[in-house]
Amino acid sequence: MMQALKSPRLGGLSALSCVLIILPFTLSNSFQLDVAIQVGIAAIVVVGLNLLVGFAGQISLGHAGFMGMGAYMSAILSGTYGWSPLLALIFAAICVGGLAFLIGGPILRLKGHYLSMATLGLGIIIAIVINTESWLTGGPDGLVVEPLSLFGWALSPFDEYHLLGISLSGTQVWYILIASLLVFAVWLALNIIDSPTGRALRAVHGSEIAAQVVGVNTAHYKVKVFVISAVFASVMGSLSAHYTGFITPNIAGFHHSIELITMVVLGGMASTYGVILGAVILVLLPQVLADLQEFEMLAFGLILMVTMIFMPKGLLPTLLNLLNKPKQKTTSEEAA
Amino acid sequence: MLAELLQYLFTGVTLGATYALVALGFTLIYNASHVINFAQGEFLMIGGMSTFFLLEAGLPLPIAILLSVLLAGALGIALQKFAIAPAKNADVVTLIIITIGASIFLRGLAQLVWDKEIHAVPAFSGDTPLVIGGATLLPQNLWVLGISVIVVLALVYFFTRTLTGKAILATSMNADAAKLVGIKTQFILMLAFALSAILGAVAGVVVAPITFTAYDIGIMLGLKGFVAAAIGGLGNGVGAIVGGLILGVTETLAAGYISSDYKDAVPFVIILLILFFLPNGLFGSRSTERV
Amino acid sequence: MSTPIIQVEGLSKVFGGVHAIENLSFSIQQGHIHSVIGPNGAGKTTLFNLITGIYTPTHGDIKLKGESIVGLDPSQLAPRGMCRTFQNLQICMNMTALENVMIGQHLQFKSSLLATLFRLPCVVQADQQAREKAAELMDFVGCAKYLNTEASAMPYGALKRLEIARALAAKPDILLLDEPAAGLNGAETAELDTLIQKVAQSGVTVVLVEHDMKLVMNISDYLLVLDYGKKLAEGTPEEIRHNPDVIAAYLGG
Ligand SMILES: Nc1ncnc2c1ncn2[C@@H]1O[C@H](COP(=O)(O)OP(=O)(O)OP(=O)(O)O)[C@@H](O)[C@H]1O
Ligand SMILES: [Mg+2]
Repeated sequence: MMQALKSPRLGGLSALSCVLIILPFTLSNSFQLDVAIQVGIAAIVVVGLNLLVGFAGQISLGHAGFMGMGAYMSAILSGTYGWSPLLALIFAAICVGGLAFLIGGPILRLKGHYLSMATLGLGIIIAIVINTESWLTGGPDGLVVEPLSLFGWALSPFDEYHLLGISLSGTQVWYILIASLLVFAVWLALNIIDSPTGRALRAVHGSEIAAQVVGVNTAHYKVKVFVISAVFASVMGSLSAHYTGFITPNIAGFHHSIELITMVVLGGMASTYGVILGAVILVLLPQVLADLQEFEMLAFGLILMVTMIFMPKGLLPTLLNLLNKPKQKTTSEEAA
Repeated sequence: MLAELLQYLFTGVTLGATYALVALGFTLIYNASHVINFAQGEFLMIGGMSTFFLLEAGLPLPIAILLSVLLAGALGIALQKFAIAPAKNADVVTLIIITIGASIFLRGLAQLVWDKEIHAVPAFSGDTPLVIGGATLLPQNLWVLGISVIVVLALVYFFTRTLTGKAILATSMNADAAKLVGIKTQFILMLAFALSAILGAVAGVVVAPITFTAYDIGIMLGLKGFVAAAIGGLGNGVGAIVGGLILGVTETLAAGYISSDYKDAVPFVIILLILFFLPNGLFGSRSTERV
Repeated sequence: MSTPIIQVEGLSKVFGGVHAIENLSFSIQQGHIHSVIGPNGAGKTTLFNLITGIYTPTHGDIKLKGESIVGLDPSQLAPRGMCRTFQNLQICMNMTALENVMIGQHLQFKSSLLATLFRLPCVVQADQQAREKAAELMDFVGCAKYLNTEASAMPYGALKRLEIARALAAKPDILLLDEPAAGLNGAETAELDTLIQKVAQSGVTVVLVEHDMKLVMNISDYLLVLDYGKKLAEGTPEEIRHNPDVIAAYLGG
């Protein structure tokens, strides 16, 4: 019985770490490594978004707005105003978290389609502001971003670095940074999920009324998880801006928001590893489909529809279900 | 001064009428199936684009319009049958992603079958403007308003006087009960999607001479239609029309008097403000949730 | 007599034109099993929803332990010692049975965000404790074999008891049960009978809405009979059994 009461977490984390360690050795060039970094950035954002959407059951169709705010605040503060990038990143995260906190109260009282409408609107407004205030943001033409630097040590993808006697390209250092952050983010997410806070969040999804009746202040928890997921997005927006060195308002746009939520739903809501799979697929798919040229959009739309129609629970949960089915039979036989 | 205001009102009401038609499309589908169809805007695009290319091919305008509207209707049915019906019990988010997938698919199809250029459909009856109180009114504006009014009247007649219309209403109120009294709910759902696609296409055709058309115009128009539907309260027909008009007029006034750069942000600011105070829109039901 | 744990005065709730509860006054004594009975649509669930803060009354006052609780929401009532179950199951189907019960312990095992994020040893320890207690409660209500089962895979009768376990996990002084026996078979109802009495013996006031007259008459200390939102009668089971109005309503209606 004691064994049954323990929750497994180390297994998944070590498997993820192994994959992340082996991966760079299987990639043949820096272009592929770059794609891997993009996947990692998206994955961290959606691990945070999944806390809101998958676990607490609150839709957000505007999360790219938070990512865009983080990216632009970092770019502007570190570029135009000469702040240290780390300070800018933290300041941006606090501002985005503050905005999410202020607006989360009234927005998260809404339910279902009204909530999607409001979050969608919020994201679009942020994107339009970024697009319009070109004196500050460069407008649709985009903005060049300083490389990330820590205590005077700049991390540019184009430089060479020496760490403990090993020579690494800037892209490789970035990979190590993002991969470590991904493991860290997953660890944080798992910690939240498997805690009183996480159970309260899942109860908000499962039955809000039941949660309230046992004393869960559901409004408080919804705002809390909204802020957490917004901060995840902001931090990754900042890092992504420093990594690519150039940002456009698209990072905050409606399409990007849709991409993020699709990663969550396609990979598997409420499955932390599932949404990482979702990020992998949604970043890779356009690369693969690019070969189809004018058929790209058609194919992308079709794949999206077909996957969601036939696997409404998302890829990973569906796959695990298939694998587990024979096993479940044996456990129920044991119990009988 | 007054002429300027009048001009904005003309433009705003015309735009508002278009939004109202799109919003009615959302409302129809929402009532019948509780789905928010993010592909709704694509039907406007299909209406406009198809009309343009059929005209290019030498067909007369009325035939081109009729065929385009029918094409949209058929696509609406296909959307329901192949994308929505198989995913009946899916989550709200899952259905959102499916309709977004459908909208990307339709956009991809449009740029493949037609092209990626911006096109102007010629005005239905010339470009000679009428001058009223110092403001100009294009004949096409009158077409938009006139056709919107006709469509709304036709809808009212359909839902209050015909058996099929009443069956749709009955299904939207209680699908199980409707099934029990022998209404074929699957047929009703397909009909709702067809009607809503037709509404979208009609809106798309009549505004195409004013706003131009291209394979990707559907996104913003669709989103604004969704906003209009939500302003009134999802599922409320009158609300959708009022929402559409409020949206069109405020958007034009804001563009004229405040800043045209923020024109597209106006609908979203309005809806956020409304939802802050009225979580179910202006006319949405405020009944107590049962437990 | 000590102050009643619940005092309801002049309570009304109107939906549109329907008077679901109309000018209702009664009180519930500490430690009692107090049943509310009445035909379908009499307003029993509405009464529960009013007492537990899910609906706000149109008129009237409700006092819990002498303090008015009108206008408070359900999550503010749990810390004051009130908890309930639902006629239509409110189970979190996205969680395991054990986690559903652990939700009930929310107020006892909250932790700071920082401790949660980094899963500090205090969180691990509290979690372990919470799990063990929840497992005990599941055993208490007779759901021990479903410990790690997904709630969505459990049979209806077990879910009804799981709701009771979750409510008990909140350590209430007063527990409201809305038709706990509905849908249960004879054997399960008998088990429930014992379970409710065990709960009452541990000092918890139980308010029970139930259609199963045998169960109600058997275990109640006091009854309130509702009809069309109004009080038809109240008294001990013996008094109710012989009340002519009640007999008329139940046999004549
Ligand atoms: N949220 C609501 N909105 C509108 N009417 C309601 C609502 N809740 C209850 N009612 C109405 O109030 C009346 C009382 O209903 P209630 O559910 O309280 O009855 P009940 O005694 O619990 O019945 P049952 O034994 O069937 O559970 C009914 O007429 C019902 O339709
Ligand atoms: Mg009831």
